[in-house]
Amino acid sequence: MSQQEIDRLVDQDYKYGFVTDIESDTLPPGLNEDVIREISTRKGEPVWLLEWRLEAYKKWLEMAPPEWAHVDYPPIDFQSISYFSAPKKQGDGPKSLDEVDPALIETYNKLGIPLEEQKMLAGVAVDAVFDSVSVVTTFKEKLHEAGVVFCPLSEAVHSHPELVKKFLGSVVPQNDNYYAALNSAVFSDGSFVYIPKGVRCPMELSTYFRINQQNTGQFERTLIVAEEGSYVSYLEGCTAPQRDENQLHAAVVELVAETDAEIKYSTVQNWFAGDDDGKGGIYNFVTKRGECRGDRAKISWTQLETGSAITWKYPSCVLKGADSLGEFYSVAVTGKKQQADTGTKMIHIGPRTRSTIISKGISTARGQNAYRGLVKVLPGAVDARNFTQCDSLLIGDQCGAHTFPYVEAEEPSAQLEHEATTSKVSDDQLFYLRTRGMSEEDALNMVVNGFCKEVFQKLPMEFAVEAEALLGITLEGAVG
Amino acid sequence: MLSIRNLHARVGDKPILKGIDLEVNAGEVHAIMGPNGSGKSTLSSVLAGREDYEVTDGEVIYMGQNLLDLEPEERAWAGVFMSFQYPVEIPGVKNIYLLKAAVNAIREHRGLTELKAAEFLKLVREKLKVMQMDEAFLHRNVNEGFSGGEKKRNEILQMQLLEPTLALLDETDSGLDVDALRVVGEGINRMRSPERSVLLVTHYQRLLDIVKPDFVHVLTQGEIKLSGDYRLAERLEREGYEGIEAA
Repeated sequence: MSQQEIDRLVDQDYKYGFVTDIESDTLPPGLNEDVIREISTRKGEPVWLLEWRLEAYKKWLEMAPPEWAHVDYPPIDFQSISYFSAPKKQGDGPKSLDEVDPALIETYNKLGIPLEEQKMLAGVAVDAVFDSVSVVTTFKEKLHEAGVVFCPLSEAVHSHPELVKKFLGSVVPQNDNYYAALNSAVFSDGSFVYIPKGVRCPMELSTYFRINQQNTGQFERTLIVAEEGSYVSYLEGCTAPQRDENQLHAAVVELVAETDAEIKYSTVQNWFAGDDDGKGGIYNFVTKRGECRGDRAKISWTQLETGSAITWKYPSCVLKGADSLGEFYSVAVTGKKQQADTGTKMIHIGPRTRSTIISKGISTARGQNAYRGLVKVLPGAVDARNFTQCDSLLIGDQCGAHTFPYVEAEEPSAQLEHEATTSKVSDDQLFYLRTRGMSEEDALNMVVNGFCKEVFQKLPMEFAVEAEALLGITLEGAVG
Repeated sequence: MLSIRNLHARVGDKPILKGIDLEVNAGEVHAIMGPNGSGKSTLSSVLAGREDYEVTDGEVIYMGQNLLDLEPEERAWAGVFMSFQYPVEIPGVKNIYLLKAAVNAIREHRGLTELKAAEFLKLVREKLKVMQMDEAFLHRNVNEGFSGGEKKRNEILQMQLLEPTLALLDETDSGLDVDALRVVGEGINRMRSPERSVLLVTHYQRLLDIVKPDFVHVLTQGEIKLSGDYRLAERLEREGYEGIEAA
């Protein structure tokens, strides 16, 4: 029996921990200007983008990693990471699914994401990103008819350069923070979505990110632009093999919603969390921000975070347009020795802007879970309103829950509400359900799912079921 | 069906049950009466498998198996049901979801197929009618914001759905007004059958006017001091527990 098989048997709870044996083109570890030039060359990028990357790199060199988060990890050696890895292509890359390496199709099948269109979830188009490149995007034709652009960002650079140039970095500037700057310098691939004026995207769009190579960072960058009066619902899912070393994932997501446009962005994050003693796992350091640029625009973030050794992310909304709306619905679970510092920022600029924050943190085993949120109301955001509800649920007595809500209100007419609770799953609840015939684990799942209900209801139907199942797997062994 | 022999149990260092002996045959309804702190609720909790209590001596044989060896859910699968004195709130979980999960968990262990949504709804509507409960109950979170009476009705509704072989009803009459008491009592009566036994833990005689027990036992200070038929309950009502203890 190989070590790999033994590992798999010992730790069955992370079923996405396998490695795909595929020949890859991987840059040697290390980061300098030459590496960035090499990435840009391999992707055949225009000069302006290379210059943009180099500019970001220079800014990054002058910045320091953030230390304010409630997480603890040794310094990252950025020279030991490889910044580009791609499955070896035959020729110019796949034109259709028939040309995609069968090993890749098999990988996504194992992940429960069939890429063959006839087998797919009805009404969901998928972009599959494997290490640093997008391997296939489904339903391109159908989306094209509707005028929707959904393709790898690396492709959009060539097919829609004017759009990419206009919007890239317009929400999250290169030097926004340490990891955003790093991403801007070395970003590999990700999805680009453009919904033209007045178009309601005919299907859910979805990207599945997969890290496969060892010692490789994943630095995807996603850009979604919803023009006036348009609508799109987008979902991302993430998994990675089980490895003993920590791997860095530093992504940037930018959303732009123009007047009367709506973007619904959902995440089911299940990167490898490390083992019970905190060995291995993904460092998930992500910057996500959306701008409601026009009046009555709406951006909604929904996330289920169950994976990663460390999660550091604050999907935010900048509410510029009058009457624009920002929402953040989050369930973050930390088990094993996972650490999460997550929350949101709602920046109210326009008059009558509204925001809602519902955060549910669940801690079990030796997990540490922190909610960190900022509600900022700038002068002129007349009658802005925010409602924040932050609930923590503790399972066991070795875990922790922390809440760091920040409020900066500079507009006297603003109305801000904040509610917070911390509770424990009680023995009484578990006993009650067990006397009704439920196993201890099913009982726990029922209590936890009840706790998360408000957030799961916001996920698209197909994924709400997946979310409940995922939560069940994550909580395995949390009692007893 | 149920043999309790020399049962001793404690919480922490405090002994509560000090040698209970009780035989319950199929089809019988036994009432356990006693003053506050006598150990009545402890008895039903120990039988249902609550872990806060430590059994220090004695045994409980239920349908030929050692009941105390079973986990609470295994007892439920074997047909034991407990109606709680204080039913627990489960925020965010709809009542119908719990009911359906419970019914199907128990069906699975009885070798029956899972009830589909439509079949389940039909069944639950019948039982709601018996308990004079509105369908809106199904869509409220389990016990959240329920009045005392609503909680107890909900417990008996669960009993109707789960069709236990042995029902442990812990202070099911507390917190009920006269009308609710009648509905709950009749709900219990409907469940009486030659194959089903009921252990009714209660403080007062009033529920026993509706659900007439075959046997009445008086539990004081962790022991069954007196057993008799229905007339014992009437005597208790007249003389009080103190009168009985003095006798």
